[in-house]
Amino acid sequence: MDYAASDVPAFLPALPEIILALGAMALLMYGVFRKECDARETSFGVLGLFALVGAVLITEPNATVHTFGDTFVVSGFTKFMKLLILLAAAAAIVMSLTYIRREKMDRFEFPVLIALATLGMFMMVSANGLISLYMGLELQSLSLYVIAAFNRDSGRATEAGLKYFVLGALASGMLLYGASLIYGFTGTVEFPAIAAVLETEGANIGTIFGIVFVLAGLAFKISAVPFHMWTPDVYEGAPTPVTAFFAGAPKVAAMALVLRVLFGAFPAMEAEWQQIVIFISIASMVLGAFAAIGQSNIKRLMAYSSISHMGFALVGVAAGTPEGIRGVLIYLVIYVVMNAGVFCCILAMQRKEGYVETIGDLSGLSRNQPMVAFLLAMLMFSLAGVPPLAGFFGKFYVFMAAIEAGLYPLAVIGVLSSVVGAYYYLRIVKIMYFDEPAEPFEQPMPGELAAILGVSGVFTMLFFVYPAPLILGAQAAVGALLP
Amino acid sequence: MIATAIAFYLFAAITVASGFMVIAARNPVHSVLFLILAFFNAAALFVLMGAEFLALILVIVYVGAVAVLFLFVVMMLDVDFSELREGFLQYLPVGALVGIILLIELLLVLGGWLISPEAAGVAAAPTPAITDVDNTRALGRIVYTQYVYLFQAAGMILLVAMIGAIVLTLRHKPNVKRQVIRDQVARTREQAVENRKVEPGQGL
Repeated sequence: MDYAASDVPAFLPALPEIILALGAMALLMYGVFRKECDARETSFGVLGLFALVGAVLITEPNATVHTFGDTFVVSGFTKFMKLLILLAAAAAIVMSLTYIRREKMDRFEFPVLIALATLGMFMMVSANGLISLYMGLELQSLSLYVIAAFNRDSGRATEAGLKYFVLGALASGMLLYGASLIYGFTGTVEFPAIAAVLETEGANIGTIFGIVFVLAGLAFKISAVPFHMWTPDVYEGAPTPVTAFFAGAPKVAAMALVLRVLFGAFPAMEAEWQQIVIFISIASMVLGAFAAIGQSNIKRLMAYSSISHMGFALVGVAAGTPEGIRGVLIYLVIYVVMNAGVFCCILAMQRKEGYVETIGDLSGLSRNQPMVAFLLAMLMFSLAGVPPLAGFFGKFYVFMAAIEAGLYPLAVIGVLSSVVGAYYYLRIVKIMYFDEPAEPFEQPMPGELAAILGVSGVFTMLFFVYPAPLILGAQAAVGALLP
Repeated sequence: MIATAIAFYLFAAITVASGFMVIAARNPVHSVLFLILAFFNAAALFVLMGAEFLALILVIVYVGAVAVLFLFVVMMLDVDFSELREGFLQYLPVGALVGIILLIELLLVLGGWLISPEAAGVAAAPTPAITDVDNTRALGRIVYTQYVYLFQAAGMILLVAMIGAIVLTLRHKPNVKRQVIRDQVARTREQAVENRKVEPGQGL
């Protein structure tokens, strides 16, 4: 048995991941060996690295390529998802620039850990087997646990990190248990091979058990009910830019993983997993809508909002049609952009004594900062799904797909819970415009926050004018996901 | 052939004997030294089987790192091991039971191979013959060629774990006195010594 050159796997398809890994390690070395290195330098380093990776991603061909013995796949779908993740992560780093200096968590590891978490998300999106799925998921989660507790002198941040770690480890355990059942009953760990085995032999009870456990682990990562318990506590306790990061990129990566697992490995068992997805979707939408009503902390409110948004996105997954998946992708893009804008406003809620985060602090914002109040109001209308803003179109595409797939009860419950959810979004608008002004926030808001808020607001308001590029891009990505 | 057999029985006998001495020796330091002897002889047995890579790993990792760590712990912790030993007879029945169960299981596995020699061939990934591929190369192919992606990913996860541990726990305390040789050498006589005129009967 001699060594043959053809045994060496092709590394070129994984070029963005390799650049990201090497760049993150180089920045880490730079931070360690340079005395008195603060987060600002490595932040710009990581942003440069993201720009390079983005350029490499865009120039990659759209063809589907498998490498590393079928455990890694690159296609138009992974390209779309990776670009979205990169955008969300870069926005999170930009949003953290001012905050971490004021809150004394100005250490160079912060952006490096975000870069490593992004690497994990890339690996999740490209995973084509159960082992590579778990590796990517663990790399991402481990970085997120550390980032959640990054402000180690704050009791709340430490509590958030510990809670996230313990519950996340439990979810990883469930996912591994499910993966071992699937491996045991199909005899392989690669998604295409699993799909081929199930195609010929049909479903059996062991594989169904495995899917249930894997979906439970993944539902934890997208914070879908009934695995959402960690979300409000972690969102509230973690530093605000970290919360902004949690609400964006990891959700996209985990949703991409759900799509990969369900449509890559288990297309033959759609009847079985569809019931689970429908249940998770309804539970998330309803709980997100009702539990958010009583919240007074805006970060907790955004946590419940993200739970219900994941429920809406899962409506498209439950439909199981190409239109449904296209709806999910469009929904994710719009959700990430809206979320970035809202968190910019939350990050601008600072007075002399520090950052504040109750909804009452926003009262009368329209008289102190009319422009910010207007944009935030538009984002809230959009989150509630009021036409013609972007959020309406996200919901429109997934509900249309559900109706075409014959899932009328799901679509009706979705619309009703969206109406309930509109109450708490509109309450914020009412507080900003009709309540007595509170003590004003520090003005002007930092330039980078204003820029992201502006882009997000303009995208949200003008999406309906020219939605074709996003819809066509999502369409192409879906074509690459479904064979 | 006879030389191999003699070597095998020699190494095997010493392994078993030093394994027994690990639990029988009165002095815990002697126990660790017997453990090291057992490791060395097990490594020699691996060499006899043609698994030279595993033999070297056993010596480097277990003797070089783990056993030395044991030795440090045993010598640094002030544990009275003779006291720990007092309940020996009391625990003997349970220990013997566990040992006997293990022995029966081993005999069953070996017996299965004796009864049907083809059983080893139906494993999911049968081991190729030692003449086909040497084990260093076989391990290298699996870890660094076939599963290189997963191997590197595991490396990244460990790196994140290390960064996390440092970020969350390392604190630079400002008033800890550290030895900086450079500063000590650069000190001049004027900085270190001071001449004072002391009046008689007054002191400083």
